[in-house]
Order: sequence, then C-alpha cells, then structure tokens
Amino acid sequence: MTTQLPESGDSKNAAEKCTVLEVTVNNHPGVMSHVCGLFSRRAFNVEGILCMPIGDGDRSRIWLMVNEDERLDQMVKQIEKLEDVLGVNRHAAGHEVFARLEEFFRVQ
Amino acid sequence: MAGKGKKEKMMIRKTGAEAIVHMLERQGIRIVAGIPGGSNLPLYDALGKSSLIRHVLARHEQGAGFMAQGMARVTGKPAVCLATSGPGATNILTAIADAKLDSVPVICITGQVPSRMIGTDAFQEVDTYGMSIPITKHNFLVRSAAELLDVVPRAFRIASSGRPGPVLIDVPKDVQSETIEFDSWPEPGRADGAPAVDMDEVKRAAEMINEARRPILYLGGGIIASGAAAVSAHLAEKASLPVTMTLMALGALPHNHPLSIGMLGMHGARFTNMALEECDLLVVLGARFDDRATGKVAAFCPNAKIIHVDIDAGELHKIKTAHLGVTGDVKAVIDALLPLVAENGRAEWISRITALRTSYPLLMTGADDPRTPYGLVLAVARIVGEEAIIATDVGQHQMWTAQAYPFSRPQRWLTSGGLGTMGFGLPAAIGAALASPESTVVSFSGDGSLLMNIQELVTAVEEDVNVKVIVMDNHSLGLVHQQQELFYGNRIFAADFKAHVDFAAAAAAFGMKSYDLAATDDPEAILHQALTSHGPCLVHAHIDISEKVYPMVPPGAANKDMIGDENYDNTIA
Repeated sequence: MTTQLPESGDSKNAAEKCTVLEVTVNNHPGVMSHVCGLFSRRAFNVEGILCMPIGDGDRSRIWLMVNEDERLDQMVKQIEKLEDVLGVNRHAAGHEVFARLEEFFRVQ
Repeated sequence: MAGKGKKEKMMIRKTGAEAIVHMLERQGIRIVAGIPGGSNLPLYDALGKSSLIRHVLARHEQGAGFMAQGMARVTGKPAVCLATSGPGATNILTAIADAKLDSVPVICITGQVPSRMIGTDAFQEVDTYGMSIPITKHNFLVRSAAELLDVVPRAFRIASSGRPGPVLIDVPKDVQSETIEFDSWPEPGRADGAPAVDMDEVKRAAEMINEARRPILYLGGGIIASGAAAVSAHLAEKASLPVTMTLMALGALPHNHPLSIGMLGMHGARFTNMALEECDLLVVLGARFDDRATGKVAAFCPNAKIIHVDIDAGELHKIKTAHLGVTGDVKAVIDALLPLVAENGRAEWISRITALRTSYPLLMTGADDPRTPYGLVLAVARIVGEEAIIATDVGQHQMWTAQAYPFSRPQRWLTSGGLGTMGFGLPAAIGAALASPESTVVSFSGDGSLLMNIQELVTAVEEDVNVKVIVMDNHSLGLVHQQQELFYGNRIFAADFKAHVDFAAAAAAFGMKSYDLAATDDPEAILHQALTSHGPCLVHAHIDISEKVYPMVPPGAANKDMIGDENYDNTIA
C-alpha cells in the first residue's frame, strides 16, 4: 500500500461511474464502523476502501470508492453529520489512489 | 518541594464512576432512571453516595430509557438512563432507537465487561458499541477513566446541539473502578449556538411566501425542540398562513387557533389533507416528510412549491426536493423571516379553508359519550385542563388522542412518533411526572401496549408519581385488527386476545389505585375522582373492537385517497 498519498487530481484510469470520497476522521476504533454502516444500511455498495492514519496519528483518512448514484448527495450529507468526520472531499472522476493499487488486485 | 506538595494537594482524585456521577451533578442532572447489574456496580456504588441525584429504579431497562425520554421531552434538556452490560444494554436499545427517531436528547450510560474481557464472549457481554451505532446520534466506548473527563461533557453537548438525539456511553467495569488524578473539572457540556442565518435564503423565502396565493405552514417536531411555537404562531397570523402539524408538533399551535388545520397525513382530517392538495406553497418548518404524514410522496402537495427549513442539512431534499432548502434553527429562521413577511389577510384562501373545514371535518362520533374513544379522550381533557401532560402508547388509542385531544401548548404531548414503540406511554409518563411533579400526567394506552411495559406500574407506585393510566381495552391489537379487516379480507389473525386481563385488578396487585368504567353508571364522575386526586392510578375503559380510526389513508396510497368519514356534505367541489 502506498504511504504517500497524492495531493489531488483525477485519474483517467479510475473505474467508470465511480466517485472517490476522501473522508478525514478522528482516528479511533469504531470510526470505520460508523462510516461504513451508513452505506450498508442503505444497501449502497462500497467498491473500495483504504484507510491510513495521517499527521501525528490523531486523524485518519478514509478513501472510499463508491458508485455514482442519485443517493450519493444524501450519503455525503449523512457522512458529514458524523461526529468524528472532520471533512469530506468528493472526487467525481475517481482518484489515482485506487488506480495505483490495481496491481495488488490482479487475479492470478 | 513545597510547591510540589501544594500542587498535589490541589489534585482531584476520583474513580471513573465517581467522576461520572460528579459530572452528571455538574450538568444539573437531579434524577436518573436505571437498573443495576454486574457491570455497572461501581457506578451504582458511586451514585448511591450522591446527595444531589435521585435514582429511580425501573423494572425493565426499556422502562428506564423511556423514563429518561419523558424527562427530556417535557424539559427539552438531556436526561440520563443507566443499564448494565449484555441484556441490560439490549433491553434499553429500543428506547434509545425511539429517541433517535424522535430527536430526543437522552444520555444512556451502559456498563460493559472489563476491558481485558471485551471480545471473549464474557458473561453478559454484547457489542453494545457496535449495536448502538445506527440508533444513536453518537456513541462512545470509553477506554480509560481519564477519557471520561472529555466524553461525558461531549455527550451532553452532542445530545443537545443542532438536531437533538441520544448519545450512548459504554463504560467497562475496570474503567469505572480506575482511580485518576486531575487538576480541574471540565466545563459541563452545553448545546452549541445555532448556526448563522443566511439572509439571502430568508429573503427568498419571504418573497415566496408573499407571492403565494394558497400557502400552508407544515410544522414538525423541530418547532417544539427549538422553542419556536410562539414565533411560528406570529408568522402564521401575520401572513394568514393555515397551519398543519405533524404528530410530533401537536401543541405547537393551540387546537382552537383559527389558523390551525390540525394534524395531516394517515389519520388527519379530510379537510386537512384536501387543503394540502390545493396549496401552492408548502413551508416546511422542522419536519421531515415522514411517510405517515405525506402518504404517497409523489402525490403529496402536487401543486406546491416547497420551502424546507431544518437544522439537519441531511433532511433537505431527502424525501422531497425543495425549491428552497434552508439549513438552520427554525426559531432563528422564523425570527429573521417575520419582519420580511408582508401582512396579508388572504381572504380568498382562508374562506376556501373554512369551506373545506365545514364540509369535510373530522367526524368524532360519540364525542359526548365517555364510553366511546373520542368521548373518553374529550372527557379526560375537560377534567385535567390545559396544564396536563398527555402521553400515549402506540395504536388506535394514540391516533384517537392525536385527533381529538385539545392540545394547547408545546412540550405537553409525549408520543412515540418515528419508531412507534408500544410500551412507550407508561414509563414516559413516569419520567414526565418526575420532571414536572406539579403536573397531572395522563397516559392513554391500549391493552396491547400497556402489557408491553406493565411492570412499570410498580415503579409509579414506588415513586408516587402523579400518573393516570387510561387503558382503552378492546381485547385486541386494535390497529392491526383494523388493517386486517380493511386490507386483508377481514382475516383477523394473531390480533385478538383470547384471554382478557382484568387491568383494574392487575393495577391493584401492583399496589395502584384503580377504577373500572364498566362498573359504573357515571363514568365521568369516576374519571373526575381518578384524575383529580393526587398519585398514580389506572382507569380501565372498555372499547368496542368495531371502533376504528378514521379517516385513514391506506398504507402506500396518496393522502387524497382517504377512506372513512365519508359522511360529509359534498356540496362544494
């Protein structure tokens, strides 16, 4: 897994019709459950998840690859309501953070 | 050296449990409801030493949760309930989920097995944190006693800020027992201030209201939560805006206010839903387009533009896309809106509303007879007066009360709206009576609902609260029975009770004074006696199972397709 996260910028390699959400959260056990629970209870599939601590470890960044869907605006609002979520960025055209990981997900 | 000694002297030394209790005291908490068990015994040991906090022992954790809700709903402030780990936690979760759906600020503190045993399937261990994620506004699993100094005030801040809601704090037993030293107490947690009002949005809202010919205000529970009942009445009066209320907002505008068109939706009056059908602007204040209010959403207010004001941005455009969505505290927004809204008599629209009201009213058959549902509700209202607090359980009796009770002020109406939890009424009424001991608290209940938390009768007796339980007994799960009769070919199944409870005798067995309306020729006199003497009592009323809640929008249908109450004068189109 890459430890150096790209600044920003959208990758042309990202899967079609996928949006990447960049969610900055307080780093403690349970935050992932809070975020992922919002998707699962609405039967909204998450295609990819990455999470690593950032800075001095007080915070984490969660990268979520999700399908573009009419419910996504509502999903983002619900994520923003979570107490431990500090910010959400949407990368509508995908993001190279997932593209760079493709080699680890090749079927032999 | 001397300096060091002095510093040590100033340090505060407490166990986690003692710190929790003292922080609750500093928050102004004076009553908590709960049940002790293995994993919260250190907390109870500390609580027993508090001279400020009175503990009310529920007989089931769900009862404790609803007592806290009762306290929070009548005061508008966070209230606290306690449960032990495992079954204590699972039992209380229903009351917490109920608080989430109705946006009630409740702090639930659960005991958990010791930290080192978490995840080992220890005795009375469940993943309380994991189970409470989707039913709380926020939750905590506390990992050290020092964390409590941050978590407890934060829990109060979160529960009471913005859109209120429940917060759960899961505290392992070893964290409760751990001794910590610290130099000062944290400030008590208080609600954050309301967000700034966007004046551009407010101006646009005012323009839309000023331009509308047939506007309606649609008030929700947010009006009660933000203390906006009075200003919403001013707004309605200034611009002659007819006002409909959700179940949660009843009492925001007095029932007899000329602009009140009553409750909308599944069991609203025909004229109310018809007026909504005709409106050209719907001003939604602190409401969330619940399906019981809107019926089939696509057909709800088909000709209306929508202004939607809510403190929770997630509610805007969630069910119905608004033409103008305003994120903000409804009271602050209405305050800003008032000077910009033009005075307007709206003679044409008001006369249309009057015509609809006259031709398609709520038909309260039996209103003069206390042996019928409406008659009983109205008789109770006549006796207890406007100051009384009214709670309900869930079912037919709840809808009859919502339709007929002459509500005249906010924060006096306690009902489980979003979750629809049978068993809510009695413990919520006990909580309300604890928080407002000078009030008469009436809990309208059904035989099905009361049986779901009947054990709290003994709590009411033990605490000598001024709670009056009115059981409308039809030997059935009445609303299920009604739906099976109407929509399932009259195939009544599992909705009628074969064995019947003598509720007056049951209450007496719990040590409660009780009355049976079947045993008297003068039910009003018995009601008067029951409702005007102090202390808890139960009144057993008998309701014919053929009595239905009408009108009714069939589930999934549009509000205009109501059934029942067809006995109107259809001289107007």
